[in-house]
Amino acid sequence: MTKTYRAPTLWDRIRADYFSSRLNTALTLTFGAFVIWVLWNLANWGLIHAVWSAENRDLCGHGGEGACWAVIDARWRLIMFGLYPFEEQWRSAIACCALVLVGILSCVPWFWNARRISILWVAGFATFYVLMRGGVFGLTPVFEQNWGGLSLTLFIFAAVSLLGMPLAIVFALLRRSELPWIARTMGVIIDTIRSLPLLSIMFTFAIVLPFVLPGWMIGDKLYRVIVGYALFFACYQAEIIRGGMQALPAGQEEAAKALGMSYVHRIAYIVLPQAFRNALPPTINQFVITFKETSLVVIIGFFEILASGHAAFGTSEWNFAHVEVYAFVALIYFVFVFALSRYGAYLERRTAIAAR
Amino acid sequence: MQALLKNKSSRDTLAQVGFVGSILLMIVVFAITARSNLQAQGMTSGFGFLDRATGWGVNFSLIEFSTSDSYLKVIWVGILNSLFLGAISLVLATVFGTVVGILRVSGNKMAGLIGTTFVEVFRNVPLLLQVFFWYAMLTALPKPKQAYDILGVAFVSGRGIYLPGLNVSGMSVFLSVLALLVATALVLFIAMSRRFRHTEPTQKRTFNRLIWLGWLLVTVALFWLGRLPETTLLNLPYLKGLNFREGIRVSPELLACIIGISIYGAAYIGEIVRAGFNSVSSGQGEAGHALGLTPWQTFTRIRLPLAIRAVMPTLINQYVWLFKSTTVGIAIGFVDFFMIISTSINQSGQTLELIAILMGGFLIINYSIAYVLNRVNDAIKLKGTQLRS
Repeated sequence: MTKTYRAPTLWDRIRADYFSSRLNTALTLTFGAFVIWVLWNLANWGLIHAVWSAENRDLCGHGGEGACWAVIDARWRLIMFGLYPFEEQWRSAIACCALVLVGILSCVPWFWNARRISILWVAGFATFYVLMRGGVFGLTPVFEQNWGGLSLTLFIFAAVSLLGMPLAIVFALLRRSELPWIARTMGVIIDTIRSLPLLSIMFTFAIVLPFVLPGWMIGDKLYRVIVGYALFFACYQAEIIRGGMQALPAGQEEAAKALGMSYVHRIAYIVLPQAFRNALPPTINQFVITFKETSLVVIIGFFEILASGHAAFGTSEWNFAHVEVYAFVALIYFVFVFALSRYGAYLERRTAIAAR
Repeated sequence: MQALLKNKSSRDTLAQVGFVGSILLMIVVFAITARSNLQAQGMTSGFGFLDRATGWGVNFSLIEFSTSDSYLKVIWVGILNSLFLGAISLVLATVFGTVVGILRVSGNKMAGLIGTTFVEVFRNVPLLLQVFFWYAMLTALPKPKQAYDILGVAFVSGRGIYLPGLNVSGMSVFLSVLALLVATALVLFIAMSRRFRHTEPTQKRTFNRLIWLGWLLVTVALFWLGRLPETTLLNLPYLKGLNFREGIRVSPELLACIIGISIYGAAYIGEIVRAGFNSVSSGQGEAGHALGLTPWQTFTRIRLPLAIRAVMPTLINQYVWLFKSTTVGIAIGFVDFFMIISTSINQSGQTLELIAILMGGFLIINYSIAYVLNRVNDAIKLKGTQLRS
């Protein structure tokens, strides 16, 4: 009598995953009931009893049962574009699409070398800036004070990344410099900035810096905040890059030295490419956090997507609809951040397989 | 000069002097500009303003505060509030996060689904947005007149949650908390110190029970001695006019911050805990099973302790980061350290001094958190050079 092997059927797999023991069955049933209850309530609120069109605003009861998506229908332009002039909002939309395209393209491995990725980002950023700011090619100029909504969020994120990344590389190199005083000073600066909340740094750059800077250096408040944020980003990213460098075997740099390569060549061709590959997952994670924390500029008084969301239910007409607007804004953030973090997880799996 | 540049050691010295010097120069330029700017505005710099009365009040304070108190005291109020919010949120985030992490590694797919959804939803939306959301939800609760009544002792309303309190002096509460800290330290000491290495576990448990009993007795005694004269010991909230009187009011601002930060933190800590469990090799659990331990014992005695040791360094960073994120409270008007500083700047104009205090305060607090937790990590981490995971 030999037992023949039988491939597990779907039912076998379900039983192993959900009903393997009495305890497991009980857990599955309890949690399953909870999931169904949550889904049922959400569907009831968000789909079945919801009001979708702005014309039916009166159907949105005060404290009614369904969601009032009418507010999004009526105010989505305000949420997405802020105070950008109405006739020019197509520019803001195209500019956002350009930046998103740059983001997607930089996930393609073909772009992963220093020259291609910098060209891609600088070109994308320039397109964005020209479209948003105008003043050339017959586009009417729109000043930074009128930028708002999603495009301001993306602008801050892109500017911080573009400014912060080179700065981070410089910081990391100074931090591991062989000259003790340079390494130590840089270490103190990085650790100090890292232990401060981002909000206090933004606040300092926005409000305090005009006191201590000579007049010609002050610049616009938006750019001061971006510089402060980039500095903060650079300090975190520098530690990530340094971690990537530390994971390199010492032999790599020594071999390069033995071949007579100069410092610049050693760093540019041997150390940094490998360090970046090691540090890719935490770097993506840092970008995720940076994108989420652009929302803090609301507190300093900028009109990015969270603030324009506030404005959307700020009128007496829509003042009951805050949950719907928050849900909408949260969804926009979620789409960006979730995509980025999934991509990070994919890369992590990929590098883990490559390292085997 | 040429020869000097060709010599490596003199070149190195020059580079270092140049680097440090340029940073110092930058600071000096900032200081001079600040001085001339302040003089142009007719303001005096220095920390003398700390003794001045503020003239403005705060709506949430753990110690008594009036508008005639000094700036020094208001800053202290802010620091205490931040620490209070941070302590509650970090503890709650750890508890929720551990639950979420365990759900995800429990092996039950349905539990895993709930854990994953929780993490993905709350980790991918900015903390600030979540805090705004909870604040909007809490202030949309009914007015005090229609408040939800929980057994007649606690009330939930849009103006806050009212809980029964005790009519005791602030000092006795403070001493009781101090006693709690001492008791916790004693318990940890007994668990970890070398002196008690050879003590039987049952005896240790008796010690622990005695310590907790002692704390309870001390607290009861303190509250009895510190009770306010001519009041009942228990202090129930009741509706009078348009609002509640007496009792302890938990403001919507504080509650929204606590809910937001602890849920956001839980999503991150849940991931860390999951990674910790995954780093414990399955052989450990199987060995425990082979020795005849029940699944629960394998979990609490083998997998959990090993996982905690594995995640401790990551957790320390996470705690420091979460504590820094308590500053979002300013967005909904919770008076934390940062908000006190920014209000003080508006009111007194002593911008640079106050920013220096803000930075100094955060440096000290964050370094202390990291220091204490690193000591804990040193005490519990696996010793030796063997690879054990």
